[in-house]
Amino acid sequence: MQRPDELEVTRRELLVAGTATVAATIVPTLGRADVPATQPAPATAPSTESKVAFTVNGKSYQLEVDTRTTLLDALREHLHLTGSKKGCDHGQCGACTVIVGGRRVLSCLSLALMHEGDSITTIEGLGTPQNLHPMQAAFIKHDGFQCGYCTPGQICSAVAMLDEVKSGIPSHATVDLTVSPKLTDTELRERMSGNICRCGAYSNIVEAITEVAGRGK
Amino acid sequence: MKPFTFERVRTPAEAAAAAARNPGSKFIAGGTNLLDLMKLEIEAPTHVIDVSRLTLDKIESTPDGGLRIGALVRNTELAADERVRRDYGVLSRALVAGATGQLRNMATTAGNLLQRTRCPYFYDTNMPCNKRNPGSGCSAIGGFTRPLAVIGASDSCIATHPSDMAVAMRVLDATVDTVRPDGSTRAIPIADFHRLPGDQPHLDTVLTHGELITAVTLPKPIGGAHFYHKVRDRASYAFALISVAAVVQRDGTGRVALGGVAHKPWRIEAAEAEMPRGAKAVTAILLAGAKPTEDNAFKLKLVERTLAAVLADAKGAPQ
Repeated sequence: MQRPDELEVTRRELLVAGTATVAATIVPTLGRADVPATQPAPATAPSTESKVAFTVNGKSYQLEVDTRTTLLDALREHLHLTGSKKGCDHGQCGACTVIVGGRRVLSCLSLALMHEGDSITTIEGLGTPQNLHPMQAAFIKHDGFQCGYCTPGQICSAVAMLDEVKSGIPSHATVDLTVSPKLTDTELRERMSGNICRCGAYSNIVEAITEVAGRGK
Repeated sequence: MKPFTFERVRTPAEAAAAAARNPGSKFIAGGTNLLDLMKLEIEAPTHVIDVSRLTLDKIESTPDGGLRIGALVRNTELAADERVRRDYGVLSRALVAGATGQLRNMATTAGNLLQRTRCPYFYDTNMPCNKRNPGSGCSAIGGFTRPLAVIGASDSCIATHPSDMAVAMRVLDATVDTVRPDGSTRAIPIADFHRLPGDQPHLDTVLTHGELITAVTLPKPIGGAHFYHKVRDRASYAFALISVAAVVQRDGTGRVALGGVAHKPWRIEAAEAEMPRGAKAVTAILLAGAKPTEDNAFKLKLVERTLAAVLADAKGAPQ
């Protein structure tokens, strides 16, 4: 078996090599922007240089990003809104949930470039420490978290979920499709199933959301 | 993720033309499946065409009493549409049985049909997979097969199609409308839209490169009681082990299609003649010729029992 000191590559060298790999993958992309003269000119010139303008929490932003940038990475790394969390980065955990045009979505499974003109709300836009959103206050009151990592996603998801119920959107737990759904415990749990809490604070999360839902009636 | 160029298009024709110019391109709309696969480098388009702003987001009544569902109608909107809930309950039920609120807000009608399989070996890039890397072999055969196909599979692939929505559309005899780069259009019956794996499992559907789905059309409502029973390992947010989509009429006749058993939504019209005689008789024809493995043979019994539950529910259901 190889001992660690026999490894030919040091950690520093590995990091340098990693950077070189990134550079190497970007260069040919830029080259691809040159459309061969034999091809007809496209209506919109394709490019790796990619600009996008959208609104986050009421503020307008114009960004120039690598085409691969997800909405989540744009929010966290470019706008430094680190409330939205990267849990699995594959749309399985819900930690990256933000609200786009009033609807909750997974920011990790969306390219920033796909949000031209969109209005985005993150946890930072729902409330502030001095002026909490009712859902944030309820999560604190009911102890709806332990480590807190899933909490921004849980709260964004819960706020938008209550709007979905109000507008009559059915769920798997809806018994009769022809009447407006009511937010029973079963409905609430089914509708929040896309937000995983590794600490298992679910029962307190349900209490927090239930309280806010009741207040909104 | 591999690097790619990006382009927004304004019309379906522009989208198809952009795809024709770029052989390595992919359309993106919801992104929920494609981006996941791009992060894993299972999909590596060199050019991504954003079709999400095309005006294909309406649900319209057709002259013959059916519904034309725009390709970009989100799963949430389709499940919540009053006409779908009233006349095509099986479709609404299937949609809300899939994924989560967040994903259904993003996922589109066309994208749902074009989901890739969830076979664990398709996702594991260290393992051979004929669907991911044609000719490399199938790791699933002889491997972990519990979630995989029991019928219609081949020596090259035993993957299943993961969509719930497509199973309901199969039972409703939907049609998939497309436009090709040369401007021609076609209407593909959903029965012919998804392929069996054969010796080309990398081809999930009959679409050609650059062909864009513009809509899914449902024929006029057929009445009856509508059911979508999905059996899965978790109560929510899991793919089907098996699912049963059914429309049952008051006289006991009806239609049934299965999810989770094959490379495409599984329906054998001849089996439906047996519906008044019960689940065992229907299943015998529906799954005739099934070749399950030791690990997924349970699916045959599970289909029969789930269908029996559906038929029992149908007896007490309002029509």
